[in-house]
Amino acid sequence: MVCLAVWYFITNAVENLMARRIASGFGFLGREAGFEIGESTFLTYNASDIYLKALAVGLLNTFRVAALAIFFSTIIGVAIGLARLSPNWLLMKLAAAYVEVIRNVPLVVQLFFWYAVITESLPAPANALNPVPGVFLSNRGLAFPVVAAIFPVALEYPALTGFNFSGGAMLSPEFAALFLGLALYTAAFIGEIVRAGILSVERGQFEAARSLGLSEAQVMRFIILPQALRVIVPPLTSQYLNCAKNSSLAVAIGYPDLVSIANTTINQTGQAIEGIAIIMFVYLTISLAISAFMNGYNQRIALRGAKA
Amino acid sequence: MIDNKITAAPFPSALHWLRAHLFSNWSSSLATLSLLYLALKFVPALLDWALVRAVWSPHNAALCREVAGQGACWAFVADKYRFILFGTFPADQQWRPSVAIAILLALYALSALQILRRSHVVRIWLVGLTAIGVVMWGGIFGLSYVENERWGGLTLTLLLSTFGIALAFPLSILLALGRRSHMTLVRWLSIGYIELIRGVPLISVLFMASVMLPLFLPQGVSIDKLLRAQLAMILFAAAYLAEVVRGGLQAIPRQQEEAALALGHGYWQRAWYVTLPQALNIALPPLVNTFIGFFKDTSLVVIIGLFDFLMTIKVSLTEPAWTGFGVEAYLFAALGYFVFCYPMSRYCQKLERRAAPGRGIGRFSQD
Repeated sequence: MVCLAVWYFITNAVENLMARRIASGFGFLGREAGFEIGESTFLTYNASDIYLKALAVGLLNTFRVAALAIFFSTIIGVAIGLARLSPNWLLMKLAAAYVEVIRNVPLVVQLFFWYAVITESLPAPANALNPVPGVFLSNRGLAFPVVAAIFPVALEYPALTGFNFSGGAMLSPEFAALFLGLALYTAAFIGEIVRAGILSVERGQFEAARSLGLSEAQVMRFIILPQALRVIVPPLTSQYLNCAKNSSLAVAIGYPDLVSIANTTINQTGQAIEGIAIIMFVYLTISLAISAFMNGYNQRIALRGAKA
Repeated sequence: MIDNKITAAPFPSALHWLRAHLFSNWSSSLATLSLLYLALKFVPALLDWALVRAVWSPHNAALCREVAGQGACWAFVADKYRFILFGTFPADQQWRPSVAIAILLALYALSALQILRRSHVVRIWLVGLTAIGVVMWGGIFGLSYVENERWGGLTLTLLLSTFGIALAFPLSILLALGRRSHMTLVRWLSIGYIELIRGVPLISVLFMASVMLPLFLPQGVSIDKLLRAQLAMILFAAAYLAEVVRGGLQAIPRQQEEAALALGHGYWQRAWYVTLPQALNIALPPLVNTFIGFFKDTSLVVIIGLFDFLMTIKVSLTEPAWTGFGVEAYLFAALGYFVFCYPMSRYCQKLERRAAPGRGIGRFSQD
């Protein structure tokens, strides 16, 4: 029955494609893309490059934002998890409020919010905020100096020319909003995982270590965390996966990630099946890679002889 | 000492509390003081912006521009609230989506209170959802027909999430049973489906429904955008729910199934009367959690251009009078989602505590 249904859908698709004169196959990847991309990591791209390169730029943009968001959300998340277990009532309540607010508001809304904060509340480049010398925060994003030469060490500073900055490096408002939103959102979930992991360690362990004369920090480092990690790692893996998948919301605020560029490609070529197949293939690969990596790590920290 | 404790005056006990909870050692004191310093520095300015200098009355976009940066512009919400609640539903008929929302809230409340037998709950949901369909579409009982392109706002968000879960649920039970089936083909199809859907972002499933689905239908047949999105949401939710149901099924001791088998019950009888009722009971807290996630996920239909709660706010912002008030608008959107999600998450925590007494009392927590 399933086979019949699949066959029925495929014949429909073939008929429709013929009727609309849409080509099939991945030949379009070698043709000229013809659209500009706002920002690019590592690769230099212009509109006369081919679709394949445009998609590669999108993929690298996805990697850049997902990797940074995963890294920072882990740091913030651990801090939030520890704060929720703090003996300080104020700190504990504050962390709890953070978790409740962030978890009960959709990520897209948070992304729109941060994007609005950056583009509407920050000043224009001419009166950019200048918290540290050489770093400028404006509604065009964050401009900061980069190392132009290693020997002798030379920094290239951003400078205001016309309506925007040139020189140095620039983080776009789209990237900043997506990164901020993703990191803060994922951190709230990681905070809860860290908290549950630490709570899963028996109280006696803590008391025994303290009575042996270890300081609170040492107890945390050598006794609690190694045991808590066994509980923390599996759900942490799925949070990392979620973060990578959630980076696809970039399309909502116009950051040129893989989904956004594949979407443009679909609109231009009409080859929806191929475009969506590429998106799904890439995300499935990322998902499998992250879970393989984390499974390996999990086996390393698991109890010897225990079933991983 | 004991007497002292019982008759302790409120003032010393308050001091004790402060000392134990805010100033127990130097690091805790430092944290308290720095948090208080930050609060003093930022909270008054925030309240000044959000409440004192804010513009509240509708039709006051000009005043909003004057105080921009110093006072919040809630006039935006006051002006656009009908559009945000009901989308472009005909103005004289807007009592109908109101009734639909009321029915939905009543259904949620009835299910959450758990005062009815499970079979009754199923029947009441069927009746309720049918009533909502009648009220929204109309066309009978003297109600004028309203095509679903005109549904929108908060109503649409609630409908998408409720119908999505209600229809995904039976499918997810089949998938969960399929994943544990002894028939190899059924098992592999279920696993493949669940893992495929869970491995890709919801956006790609929504894109698939909005641009790819029309290609797979016979020529001349078309499904409108709302139903396509709803279908995508159902297919997506079913995969996640299936894993939750499977978790519940795994928690049932095998003897339950064996005992039912020994009594001569067939496969479906065993599932329907023995394993599923127990499994769903166990899986109730994670089911509610999945529902919260799904409710939030409905906001993604913005990307394919449906007029849900978030989209009506986003579109209102593009009107010349209201451009540049995104911060206020999205704070309001956040509040809107929070009002629905927070009670659900509290309810879920209550269910969890009831399911596992003793757990959830923290080792490091206060009592």
